[in-house]
Amino acid sequence: MVARHDTAHDTVAETVRVEGARILATLIRAVGDVQLAEDAVQEATLAALDAWPVTGVPPQPRAWLALTARRKAIDILRRERARPGKERDGLRVIELASYELPPDDVVDDDVLRLIFTCCHPALSPATRVALALRTLCGLSPAQIAGVLLTTEAATTRRLTRARQKIAAAHIPYRVPAEAELAARLPAVCGVIHSLYTAGHAPVDGRAAYDVDACAEALRLAELLHDLLPEQSMPVAVLALLLLTQARSPARLDTAGDVVTLDQQDRGRWDAVAIARGIELLNDSLRRSHGQADAYQLQAAIAAEHARAASYDGTDWAEILRLYDLLLSIAPSHTAGLARVVAASEAADPATGLAMLAELPPSPVGTRFALNCSPAKGRTQRQPENSPNPSTGRRRSRSDSTGSDVERYSSGWPCRRRRRSGGPEVPGDVPSTGRTS
Amino acid sequence: MPQYLALTYTADVDWWAPEQASELADYRQFAVDNADCIRASAVLHPTSTATVVRVAGARGGDVVITDGPYAETKEALTGYYLLEAADLEEAVAIAAQLPAAWGGAVEVRPVIASK
Repeated sequence: MVARHDTAHDTVAETVRVEGARILATLIRAVGDVQLAEDAVQEATLAALDAWPVTGVPPQPRAWLALTARRKAIDILRRERARPGKERDGLRVIELASYELPPDDVVDDDVLRLIFTCCHPALSPATRVALALRTLCGLSPAQIAGVLLTTEAATTRRLTRARQKIAAAHIPYRVPAEAELAARLPAVCGVIHSLYTAGHAPVDGRAAYDVDACAEALRLAELLHDLLPEQSMPVAVLALLLLTQARSPARLDTAGDVVTLDQQDRGRWDAVAIARGIELLNDSLRRSHGQADAYQLQAAIAAEHARAASYDGTDWAEILRLYDLLLSIAPSHTAGLARVVAASEAADPATGLAMLAELPPSPVGTRFALNCSPAKGRTQRQPENSPNPSTGRRRSRSDSTGSDVERYSSGWPCRRRRRSGGPEVPGDVPSTGRTS
Repeated sequence: MPQYLALTYTADVDWWAPEQASELADYRQFAVDNADCIRASAVLHPTSTATVVRVAGARGGDVVITDGPYAETKEALTGYYLLEAADLEEAVAIAAQLPAAWGGAVEVRPVIASK
């Protein structure tokens, strides 16, 4: 009895969380006031949490929530109008009652438009991303802290300060003009990528994969690429998401537990998505004239994994080189750790373990460390490799190539930015391993 | 209507010096162009004329004054404008017309509305 009630409650809570984030974006546009819209959605979700366990989830939960939230917004405005000296004017009640959305000119999607709006240059870059993830994507401060590699307390403080500044300085929620979009692009890409990351590796441990967050991130990445097709960054983000998403069917077993990369059934990977991801990555690299950003490098790493016919056929030396490049432009603890994994595969587990000992401790705990233990099972697999590991890797690389893959492989422009001597990778390790 | 204090940070100049005349004229022109939005303004003497005041201990303690600016910096507070604007973006658009915006920096701070 209790268990059944909990399940019903969980379903309701999940629907409210997912749909609430979507209707908030629409409501903010309608009322032009984030705080008012948040208050109204909050009241509507409370109403849903009260009603739905009894009545059941309505057939169109989003419409139910949107309608209720709109009524709640009108209620809030009326209540505030009754109090003297309040700033919210009664005129808006009338506007809301005749609920007609203004026409879309620049960005034809409520959520994407508001992400651009949230990414206001008067807020710090990290604050823009955190604010959009909280307000528009419905992530909790703990989830945001997880993807932005900070603490929940710091995220909460950041969000509080941001809201105070928005209110005190009257930062308007105005959709930016077309000319302003490009300047806001890095933060918008950060939001979309972080949303996907949050869905792909949820911190709360309930599920290893949040389908809604990942699907929404992919939808937004497609929209962003459509909106700004000439820009290299959205293409790279879309490529990265597709190349990661392509492997997701094999990432969980029937019990919902994570299957590590070396155990995954590569036949279940989405070959169409991989091909498209690589094509988009090539497109992005052409547009950026070989100056790779962090998304392109991460997409290139994902492409290397995605096109390997087997785990042992992975070109770890190339992946290690890409991680070196990634760390040189965007140092992070997770990339540092992933580089150790690549190095231990490219060379031997002992090298990896030595590098691991030199890594600085993670600022936010050991979650990522637990997800990728570097030397797991490698020792017994190592003897199966040919004495010259790179020979074996080349063979399987050509097994899995199509023309796009070849173009990616030969056209990777970052090669020139670093020394070209690839095979001596283990020799490079100690000097680059002790950053910070 | 929200108010913003636009603080100009520039080289620590003496506005009365003849070589500042043309820039000072630019500021006067700014004040004319934006007269509708400017509620108050001031141009400050250089920081070498500043006096820092502290009261030792607590209220009623000895008044301690020291010569010179509070802190030596490359860009000093050289003036301010109290602006009235609909929102931050409008205030920023006005502040961006101040010569300090390209000769130094303008800090735009929202003013707490008095009751």
